[in-house]
Amino acid sequence: MSALTYLEAIRQGLWEEMERDNSVFLLGEDIGEYGGAFKLTAGFLDHFGADRVVDTPLSEAAFVGAAIGAAIMGLRPIVEMQFADFISCAYDQIVNYAAKARYRWGAAVPMVIRGPSGGGVHGGPFHSTNPEVPFVHTPGLKVIVPSTPYDAKGLIKAAIRDPDPVIFFEHKLLYRRIRGEVPESDYVIPLGTASVARVGRDISIITYGAMVHVALEAAAQLALEDIEIEVIDLRCLSPLDTHAVLNSVRKTNRVIVLHEDNRTAGFGGELAAVIAEKGFDYLAAPIVRITAPDCPVPYSPPLERAFLPDKSSVTIAVRRLLQY
Amino acid sequence: MRVSPKSAYKLLYFMKLMRQLENRIEVLYRQGKIVGGVYVGRGQEAISVGSAILTKPGDVICPSHRDLGAFLIRGIEPWVVVAQYLGRIDGPTRGRDGNTHMGSLKHNVVSYISSMAGVVPVASGVALSFKYRHESRVVLCYFGEGATSRGEWHEALNFSAVFKLPVVYICGNNQYAYSTPITRQMAVEHVADRGSAYAIPTTIVDGNDVLAVREATGIAIARARRQQGPTLIECKTFRMGGHSASDAADYVPKHILHAWQQKDPIARFEKFVLQKRLVSQKGLTDIDDLIGRVVDDAVRRAEKSPFPDPSTLLEGVDGTTAKVRSAHSSGAHE
Repeated sequence: MSALTYLEAIRQGLWEEMERDNSVFLLGEDIGEYGGAFKLTAGFLDHFGADRVVDTPLSEAAFVGAAIGAAIMGLRPIVEMQFADFISCAYDQIVNYAAKARYRWGAAVPMVIRGPSGGGVHGGPFHSTNPEVPFVHTPGLKVIVPSTPYDAKGLIKAAIRDPDPVIFFEHKLLYRRIRGEVPESDYVIPLGTASVARVGRDISIITYGAMVHVALEAAAQLALEDIEIEVIDLRCLSPLDTHAVLNSVRKTNRVIVLHEDNRTAGFGGELAAVIAEKGFDYLAAPIVRITAPDCPVPYSPPLERAFLPDKSSVTIAVRRLLQY
Repeated sequence: MRVSPKSAYKLLYFMKLMRQLENRIEVLYRQGKIVGGVYVGRGQEAISVGSAILTKPGDVICPSHRDLGAFLIRGIEPWVVVAQYLGRIDGPTRGRDGNTHMGSLKHNVVSYISSMAGVVPVASGVALSFKYRHESRVVLCYFGEGATSRGEWHEALNFSAVFKLPVVYICGNNQYAYSTPITRQMAVEHVADRGSAYAIPTTIVDGNDVLAVREATGIAIARARRQQGPTLIECKTFRMGGHSASDAADYVPKHILHAWQQKDPIARFEKFVLQKRLVSQKGLTDIDDLIGRVVDDAVRRAEKSPFPDPSTLLEGVDGTTAKVRSAHSSGAHE
């Protein structure tokens, strides 16, 4: 075991998979010579060569489409979106081509699209979004949102080995801020399994990505007041580990769904619906959503701080919910 | 242009098969047996047939909706095509999609999608896989002139040109994209003019001359196999009918339609093979008889194919979690 950053863990996962399987290769803007906008693939070009680390034109639809074509022919491409926000430029390719190919004509599309997502880095409206929902809503795609170095490595490896198109949203705020123990051995985390990030009895917070850390900070503070929060880290939004969500709600009877994406029709709405449909009898209080408000992610620090859910948004909501 | 009797026979057979099969498919549509869209390539048969005829088994084709001849040449059987249109389980999509929205990896046919040009970047990826594995295979990628206005088309041609990928782009310029005439589609005169933006060599051919299409494709395939990169072939043609079987195409001036009727690619090639004594008059009659039987058999056999079982609705959405999904789904049926 060694302590790696979240970024190093993803990098190690990619590296090991490329060593293990010759059909795995990388495509994206500035990933070779330059090593990627976040330097995640620095050194890959020298080690694996230009056939397997492909610097592409500024052309999301083309390189995602190219990845789809290569995947149909049996390769395992990994696409890097320079920022997850730009994934909209390849929406047709992902949603109309990749997602439907297996269902329509039985063509497997084993590809991964990595996208640095999320705010908190003053990236402004085009370098900060959390565009998971349209992809979670699309049958045929899998959507991963890791929060820890251990999970990030195990999940990227699982994504690469998966037979379907997988969208892997890496939270860029976590890249160098989060460090954790990561085994040097080969391991994968099965897609569709949530983890219990903190065990508690009073309230369940169901969350993912960077918000897991916000929930844990809030939980640590509330524990001083003998309020025990359970934090469920979904890790994967599609397929969703409904079982883990309901198990926690059954235990605590109070639930907050927390995400960094905008509120309306965000993933929290789906979670609330699942809990209301299948866990209504467990509930002692209404389901609470904590999300970003319905506006683009702003640039200026006071505005961005006001936009992002933080520790105090959670502690305030927890106290209110306990009084219900 | 030299063509052997055997090649002439094959070209004629597939052009006529495409025409007759699509004629019958339109009948099935009018009879209410085909319930979805029908988009035929009447008048454009020389393009898909004259090009796909040159592919080797390892080559991949990405045909569009007026390229049935290419599917047939790659070995997708007529009755399977009819089953696809009828929504039966023996179509390549097992009833999950209709008309020529189909692919078959066994036949190295990669499906197009309805957002035109959507398959063009995918074709680049297929070609990239050939380069990756150092294989001497090529991709034939088809589209109409309308698709060349899409961003995906431009991105894909640029991508293929940058990496010198073995793709042959074949544009069936039939001058109308649904009701939109080419003058409203592009300010350049020819689709081929767009190639220069990507340093892709282009050729303009008479798309109603099967031998001209074949010759241009042969040159482009040879370039691709020599790793000299993509070529764009613009085949000038005309859509002899509506966009779909439900479109009367009243917006097309009649005199233009009549002028193009004189250039029918099948009638022209028939005349050519008779003149050159490549196929006899009796040979032509035999082809027509054979195709009549093939089409009858295709419909008969396809109509015997069952409809898909509704219980299979969720099968094949993804490769690992179909069962997990259905167990978790809380859809409208619960």
